[in-house]
Amino acid sequence: MIDHLLTASLAVLSLAVLGCLYRLLKGPSMADRIASLDAIGINLLAVVAVLCLLFRTQAYIDTILVIGILTFIGTTAFARYIERGVVLEDGDDEQAR
Amino acid sequence: METMSKLGELSIALLILIGALFCALSAFGLIRLPDVYLRSHAATKSATLGVLCVLAGVFLYFMFFLDQVSVKLLLGIAFVFITSPIAGHLNGRAAYRQGVPLWDKSVRDDLQSALTEETQTGTQTLRPPPNEPESK
Repeated sequence: MIDHLLTASLAVLSLAVLGCLYRLLKGPSMADRIASLDAIGINLLAVVAVLCLLFRTQAYIDTILVIGILTFIGTTAFARYIERGVVLEDGDDEQAR
Repeated sequence: METMSKLGELSIALLILIGALFCALSAFGLIRLPDVYLRSHAATKSATLGVLCVLAGVFLYFMFFLDQVSVKLLLGIAFVFITSPIAGHLNGRAAYRQGVPLWDKSVRDDLQSALTEETQTGTQTLRPPPNEPESK
């Protein structure tokens, strides 16, 4: 019973990833694409959690943490890049900002 | 006892399904809404709620039915809960400062007047004032 419901939620999550993928390909501005990449990462995290539960194992829970951290760092780096043109700045040079 | 555990399993699976439906709803908003800012509203808030529902369901199932309390899963829940709104905010700020236009039916833009005031008082626009460095 629970396995059928979990499979259904996997299908729904895949649909969500597909919708985000549409916005990622089409999005008129860069910020649209970044927002949809962020949403794709978050949805992937939920997919991995549901897979953990389907296989009744804790082996993939580390993957959840890694995907979360990578999504956050990627979104931050992209947002800084489209805002300033640089990702890391030295702190003392003013014209790089 | 048998029915109780069946009911518990069913309610946890329903929690996970509801979370997945919230994620699908956020993808729908991401497709249909007209503007970067409205879209990031959909993508940030409801996706976070959906993922939190899914992760909480998985955590509860591991705790009640497999007798494993997964601290890593709790850490993941806290991490997503903290970082996802921050990422959405950063993305919206970057979009505004890059000059992405608002939807043409938007009626109000408070940040615009704040930024022009900043320009009139002599500090450079699109940038924090120099006496308050943004990161120390």
